[in-house]
Amino acid sequence: MAEKINYKDVLFNPFSKNNPVVVQVLGICSVLAVTAKLAPAIVMGISVIAVLAFANVIISLLRNTIPTNIRIIVQLVVVAGLVVIVSQVLKAFAYDVSVQLSVFIGLIITNCILMGRLEAFAMGNKPWPAFLDGIGNGIGYTIILVITGFFRELLGSGTLLGYQIIPQWCYDHGYANNGLMILPPMALIVVACIIWVQRSYNKDLQEP
Amino acid sequence: MKFLKRSLDRIKPQFEEGGKLHSLKSVYDGFDTFLFTPNETAKPSGGVQVHDSIDSKRTMIIVVLALMPCFFFGMYNTGYQHWLAAGETSFPFWSLMLYGFLAILPKVIVAYVVGLGIEFIVAQIKKEEIQEGFLVTGILVPMICPVETPNWMLAVAVAFAVIFAKEVFGGTGYNVFNVALITRAFLFFAYPAKMSGDHVFVATGKMLGFGPTVSDGFSCATPLGQIATSTGGNLDLTGIGGYALSWWDAFLGLIPGSFGETSVLCICVGALILLLTGIGSWRIMLSAVAGGLLMGWIAYWCQTPTYPASYLNGWEQLLYGGFAFAVVFMATDPVTAARTETGKYIYGFLIGVIAVLIRTYNNGYPEGAMLAVLLMNAFAALIDYCVVQSNIRRRLKRATAKTA
Repeated sequence: MAEKINYKDVLFNPFSKNNPVVVQVLGICSVLAVTAKLAPAIVMGISVIAVLAFANVIISLLRNTIPTNIRIIVQLVVVAGLVVIVSQVLKAFAYDVSVQLSVFIGLIITNCILMGRLEAFAMGNKPWPAFLDGIGNGIGYTIILVITGFFRELLGSGTLLGYQIIPQWCYDHGYANNGLMILPPMALIVVACIIWVQRSYNKDLQEP
Repeated sequence: MKFLKRSLDRIKPQFEEGGKLHSLKSVYDGFDTFLFTPNETAKPSGGVQVHDSIDSKRTMIIVVLALMPCFFFGMYNTGYQHWLAAGETSFPFWSLMLYGFLAILPKVIVAYVVGLGIEFIVAQIKKEEIQEGFLVTGILVPMICPVETPNWMLAVAVAFAVIFAKEVFGGTGYNVFNVALITRAFLFFAYPAKMSGDHVFVATGKMLGFGPTVSDGFSCATPLGQIATSTGGNLDLTGIGGYALSWWDAFLGLIPGSFGETSVLCICVGALILLLTGIGSWRIMLSAVAGGLLMGWIAYWCQTPTYPASYLNGWEQLLYGGFAFAVVFMATDPVTAARTETGKYIYGFLIGVIAVLIRTYNNGYPEGAMLAVLLMNAFAALIDYCVVQSNIRRRLKRATAKTA
């Protein structure tokens, strides 16, 4: 490695400046799918953090022994193994949420963020920075998931984590939940708003 | 008029460069050109386009005028349905009009205040002239919504549509989708309980204490709503109070429905105004009607009890629901329609076909005109592209054949 890696940048850059969802625009499908409620969004975020961090470490340890032409297969095997573990843990300890997330835990395997980080970072860096990179990107992903889930559950169902937030007297006076918020298109628009806000604070990210 | 012009001219310097109200220049320009024709024409250095001083505000005003017959009829019909619902037997004209006026006024105000408010703010931020597109949208929105739509929902929907369907694309003239229809689509998907069913299309409350009392729990579905839930090909449509509705009632518009879109007669008057002034495209209207008729007859020939709307014949499909209104006032929106002349035929035809297709073969949506227009808005650019490309290919072939 010619340039010295700044651990702090590796960990914190993905939070905002190089966020996997709103800057690299990866992993959008799962953002649409799991954010209708806040709880599954949080669980999904934690799962991705765990899988990403450990996959990064394992691939980073193996990076000098993996033959280049089958590296994608090896990466997939590692990720798949970790995803099965996460899926089993969820079924054992958080069965309701795992039912809600259904196939999307399995689909972490195909999450573009994972392949992106493994290819771009873990294949060329030592385990410790790779671990930090995994944690950082996982948290960056989770932040977006939680913000999106927060607005979609609050406006779409009037609840947060299942607890009623919007008081009953609002409904008595004619307030109604916004059914569109539950539907996937609104997740795109919420993510677009996050991108909008983020770009207006970080002028250097704006495309000319 | 002279007084107005003079006072506008008197305060003008304050809005010019260096004046203390310069930051509000776009607001001033907006009012000035709204009231008076600007005396600017195309600059001589600007190329060969001839363009006169009639700006698009004039065009918009004519569309608003064309909407007026539907609007006034909507007021009358709202009152008429309310009187029917209350079980009255006499229908005093001016009372009906007053009731309808009081019912629709808050919605018009909400639509204009929210929509224009956002437009003014955006124009100030971007330091641009205020665009006039919302003049038409603001009157369309109340006309295509059920009369019982709560005002706050309307405000949310208008704000959503203006910001996400128009301003983020660059403002008036750049929007991909018809803003009024986005408003309605937002309401339709976000608050389905308030946008369909049999409780929303007839005003039941008193307006400022005016109008006869309607009993609690009153309900009446629109003709298309009744058709969607009918069984066994039995299409005995009934109005409020149980009397039979015929296609003639649907043509006149004395049926429950969204505020401004019930009367095909008034829509025809509006269409005439648009066509005579050359603002609406006759290609789109004609081909959309042709498409609706064709699909309507196909559905009629293949009629089945699974899809009750297929028992309507072709021309009845055109009379019920929002089909006519969507074809005349929504499909012909010059910004979101296809631009090429051949493209307009394709665009209109597919709107007609898809509107009847959705209405007949999807029991979840009793009316498909809105979704058909929005879908074709998305395809308008593609249609234009294909038309232009095929034209280029044809002429290229001709040119190469000659030289070879």
